[in-house]
Amino acid sequence: MSLDLSNYRDLALALLPELVLTLAAVVLLLVVAWRHQTRADLRVAAWVAWWGLVAAAVAVWWLWWNTARAAVIPPPVHPPMIAVDDFRFVADWLVLGTAALTVFVSFDYLERESLLVPEYYVLLLFATLGMMLMAGGEDLMMIFLGLELMSVAVYVLAGINRRSAPAAEAALKYFLLGAFASGFLLYGIALAYGATAATNLTLIGVQVTTLGLQKSTMLLIGLGLLLVGFGFKVAAVPFHMWAPDVYDGSPTPVTGYMATAVKAAAFAALFRVLGEAFGAVPAWREIVWWLAVITMLVGNVVALAQRTLKRMLAYSSVAHAGYVLVAVAAGTPAGAAAFVFYLVAYTFMTLAAFALLAAKGRDGERDVRIDDLAGLAQRRPWLAFALAVCMLSLLGFPGTAGFIGKWYILVAATQSGQVPLAAILVLASVISAGYYLPVIMAMYMKPEPFEQAHGGMRLGPLGSIAVAVSVAGLLFFGVRPNRLLDLARTSGAAVRPAPAATSGGGARPTAPKLAGN
Amino acid sequence: MNQPYLSFLLLLAFVAFNAGALIGMSHLLAPRKPTPVKETPYESGMPPLGDAHERFSVKFYLVAMLFIIFDIETVFLIPWGTIFFAAGGPGMGFLLIEMLVFIAILAVGYVYVWKRGALEWG
Repeated sequence: MSLDLSNYRDLALALLPELVLTLAAVVLLLVVAWRHQTRADLRVAAWVAWWGLVAAAVAVWWLWWNTARAAVIPPPVHPPMIAVDDFRFVADWLVLGTAALTVFVSFDYLERESLLVPEYYVLLLFATLGMMLMAGGEDLMMIFLGLELMSVAVYVLAGINRRSAPAAEAALKYFLLGAFASGFLLYGIALAYGATAATNLTLIGVQVTTLGLQKSTMLLIGLGLLLVGFGFKVAAVPFHMWAPDVYDGSPTPVTGYMATAVKAAAFAALFRVLGEAFGAVPAWREIVWWLAVITMLVGNVVALAQRTLKRMLAYSSVAHAGYVLVAVAAGTPAGAAAFVFYLVAYTFMTLAAFALLAAKGRDGERDVRIDDLAGLAQRRPWLAFALAVCMLSLLGFPGTAGFIGKWYILVAATQSGQVPLAAILVLASVISAGYYLPVIMAMYMKPEPFEQAHGGMRLGPLGSIAVAVSVAGLLFFGVRPNRLLDLARTSGAAVRPAPAATSGGGARPTAPKLAGN
Repeated sequence: MNQPYLSFLLLLAFVAFNAGALIGMSHLLAPRKPTPVKETPYESGMPPLGDAHERFSVKFYLVAMLFIIFDIETVFLIPWGTIFFAAGGPGMGFLLIEMLVFIAILAVGYVYVWKRGALEWG
């Protein structure tokens, strides 16, 4: 199905998933305006949100099934602001699926914590909508709009528990630093526009090669600022300072959502920007290389020192941003496939781990130490098993999706000649065993400290479904990764960064000539 | 009319006359019952002088926030109005639908803040 995006009907079809989700969010807002008092209202809101997400996912699937593609529009018309390719569809599925699982995890959590705010689900839908626009944005302005829509909703979600001081701190910190990062991103967009006279990603790519802007200072500063903005959203070191405090203070289902969907959407946008707009600029590879190295090392080493499970998982998510950056730095089709695969695997394992933490803890889950899990395997064998699978997958143990993902990242890195990067990844994974394995040891090898130590642990039926789906996915894709890998390969090929074009041999870069206006 | 700035001068004179008439007439005709609150420079309920480190009600911020949101609506509407007739053809219908959708979404937000009581001061 070829969609002519200069035609309004086809444009609406290309945006169908986003339109469906917008409609669901608006309807839910109206429902919430009248019904926002009782627990029943909370449940109604959750189900409306869930079905809205499912409807949007079906719309994505429909586009994907019909192999929707944007027809090439001849130059006088402005190129489209939204991409129609497999990468967008897979990223949409990922964030929609994450949001749907988050609805399930939140279903019992909000009632248990007496957070009777059905607006939670409205914000979740709007944040997901922003992520879809980010992942599909073919224009820097569209990506920025999506990023803001997502961020503003997530700032509020972080502080949704108004009675909790840490949550207020998390929301304020996230908001202030996030606004700052948005400024960096916007300034980067402005400089990229200044250098190339375009905000459209493909157009920027064309301008860079035709005008020979590979070494244009303005473009390089713009690229650096863009990387700062995205680096903040994915919590890459050294832009990770907010992450532990914000993840720690937010309600745990929100933390899970932030650590997975927000990160996945920001990575998807980053990947598309680097691939389509800056594919011919070799400079970003080095920057991403260094980001990956320090993110992996700092994330893992600091995670070792954490005492509570929630902070440990927060630093673990920083470390995993480093692994994904290795796949980005590889910059080959194999790297693109590993990138998509690892994002999916990472989403499953992190979301399930935070869901289990939400079940274990009370009052913000900030005080659950690793030793508090002692003896869980005797008392609640299934929950212990699920958490053990998550930890092994985060560690990259064979038989889990985390292993396959890491394996393909390593292959991609070594194939593209980044052997030191691959070596550091392995080293970082070894360090990470130092904090993932104690969790499993505590659950399986230590006795319960006192009778009924795990009596309060409660995972509702829907939360159990979410965890079961994630763990089943981890185990299934760990043994039979072929289908997911094919999907990752075809979707990654849509935006894989072009091989670094060699700039004109030693010629002095000419002053950038702005094309047209 | 050969004088290009004459219409502008006329407008200026009309504005000056209007402003003078409004202020002068209320000065001459309005009944005066002064109270201390009415004598303050800004009749907003806030004391205009005092320490800057003062707590004031969060409701002010809420109103300001809602004002900005609905103010943006106007900011969008004006440029839309200037290009609407210039577009012509089938583009006009699409522009109209887009703006109606935009206003509908804002209206939903308005209904929400109304029903949640954000517009009540009490």
